[in-house]
Amino acid sequence: MSDEMIEIRFHGRGGQGAVTAANILVYAAYKAGLWGQAFPFFGAERRGAPVMAFARISKRRIRVRSMIRHPDIVVVLDPALPKLVNVLDGLKQGGVIVINSPSKPEFGEGYRVYYVNASKIALDLNLVLAGWPLVNTAILGALARPLGFDIGIIEEAIKDYLGGSRGEVNAKAARRAYEEVKILE
Amino acid sequence: MVVKPLTGNYAAAYAAKLSRVKVVAAYPITPQTTIVEKLAQFIEDGEMDAKMIRVESEHSALAAAYGAASGGVRAYTATSSQGLLYMHEMVWWVAGSRIPLVMTIVTRTLGPPWNIWTDHSDIMDQRDSGWLIMMAEHNQEVLDETIKMFKITEDPRVFLPGIVGLDAFILSHTTEPVDIPDQELVDTFLPPRRQPYVFKPGDSLLMGNVPRNLKENMRMREDIHNSLEAAKKVIEEVDEEWGKLTGRRYGGLIECYRCEDASHFIVGMGAWVGDMREAVDSLRTNGIKVGLIKVRYVRPFPREDILKWVVNAKSVIVFDRSVSAGSAGPLFLDVAAHLMAAGIRVPVKNILAGITGLDVTYEDIADAVLKSVAEVEETGKFSRFIEWYYGR
Repeated sequence: MSDEMIEIRFHGRGGQGAVTAANILVYAAYKAGLWGQAFPFFGAERRGAPVMAFARISKRRIRVRSMIRHPDIVVVLDPALPKLVNVLDGLKQGGVIVINSPSKPEFGEGYRVYYVNASKIALDLNLVLAGWPLVNTAILGALARPLGFDIGIIEEAIKDYLGGSRGEVNAKAARRAYEEVKILE
Repeated sequence: MVVKPLTGNYAAAYAAKLSRVKVVAAYPITPQTTIVEKLAQFIEDGEMDAKMIRVESEHSALAAAYGAASGGVRAYTATSSQGLLYMHEMVWWVAGSRIPLVMTIVTRTLGPPWNIWTDHSDIMDQRDSGWLIMMAEHNQEVLDETIKMFKITEDPRVFLPGIVGLDAFILSHTTEPVDIPDQELVDTFLPPRRQPYVFKPGDSLLMGNVPRNLKENMRMREDIHNSLEAAKKVIEEVDEEWGKLTGRRYGGLIECYRCEDASHFIVGMGAWVGDMREAVDSLRTNGIKVGLIKVRYVRPFPREDILKWVVNAKSVIVFDRSVSAGSAGPLFLDVAAHLMAAGIRVPVKNILAGITGLDVTYEDIADAVLKSVAEVEETGKFSRFIEWYYGR
């Protein structure tokens, strides 16, 4: 990781756990000896509607608190979201996209794309709530790649945050996504 | 000691638990809700030995907390915005009764229209009530200052209630690492509860009746004022003591950032002080000698501390996140009045920004300051004393 701060925007649907993913990332960052900051989009959220969450990671204590307008990384939890919202909005040139997608996604030139079928991983591990696959922890495993995080730290952060058997199975999902994620340069 | 990523709201809840609060009374309102949810969970899980009083309104929430505190226990409440206004009558009553009590205000814009985002109109509306009022910059400060506020407010030189403010969402719902001190450390730091009188069954005491002697009544208001002045020393002592135990000193009523050789000063309070630090660094890189005065306590107002720094300044730029409509921002009014009263003639300007929750970046702050500094460097004064800043 460079000295610069890394800014990340999560796109999900209300109830998919985008905010939880951002929070777990702060746990992981701290375990990796970094500073982290996570926050939801500052508004009312509804289940199923497109939502955003944000995270910053830095070697230094983070002082800024304004909204993230030009992320280095966007994380997309739902493969259908790019049709509904412009997930590339403000993404820096050469930026990274980490997406839950069953097949090779199309984002055009100029981005590094990491894709993994997080929905399948969640379903295989029976991570389902109210009929939805819970993909937020699997996607963190994929995100570990562009961040250069040790997957062990992500697993540990997930276990700490969720606790018990829930923590164990979610950590498994992250590990699998970490191993299965594919990269398009 | 354990470091945990916490939201600002959870930091407040942990602080209330560590301070061994015995009674919590609150009514839920966005964005305060998760403080009370967390406290309810602590109590339910047996981690906190306290009584949660469920009430039908914020007015009753503070009335119940006040009643409990009058009965001799540490009591706590939290609210925001419209809820705080509904509580406002009790805010005066608690201060006038000299009952120590701690309240968290998660600052949120007042309606209409309905708006859940941060500005400081709700907390500044309590300005004249006699409570100590502070604003935190980050979640660690929320936790630290809440614990310290119990000690400060229960000091016999103070005996007044205190408010710890934190910005809606920017702190309340933002997760960042927070050092949670051990219970033993907080127990060593906080003495047993002290207060001027206790309501006890069988020991009658009359409070709040219509006075016969209005001079005595006026003296009560003067006493509140004097105790707030006396609180300045207590705030500094407690800051030092907490610093010895934890290594975290905040500097008392204000904290100065890169002030030593500064010619121009910006003054602000709350979470955006973090962005202001970034703005100062960026302006300094461009050769502008700017310093930042972070107001931690707005009541008592840090008159002496601010004047000491700006006495030879070329300009002072005060950022307010609320406005006294028809006059100016409340922080600016305090700064300008005390400069004037002390005979310090320095160009002073009020930038009103971030009001109604409008997002403000450090680049915005640097931009507004740069333009203001350029004007005062060229002409020696500000052509207008108020600027409504909407971003670049």
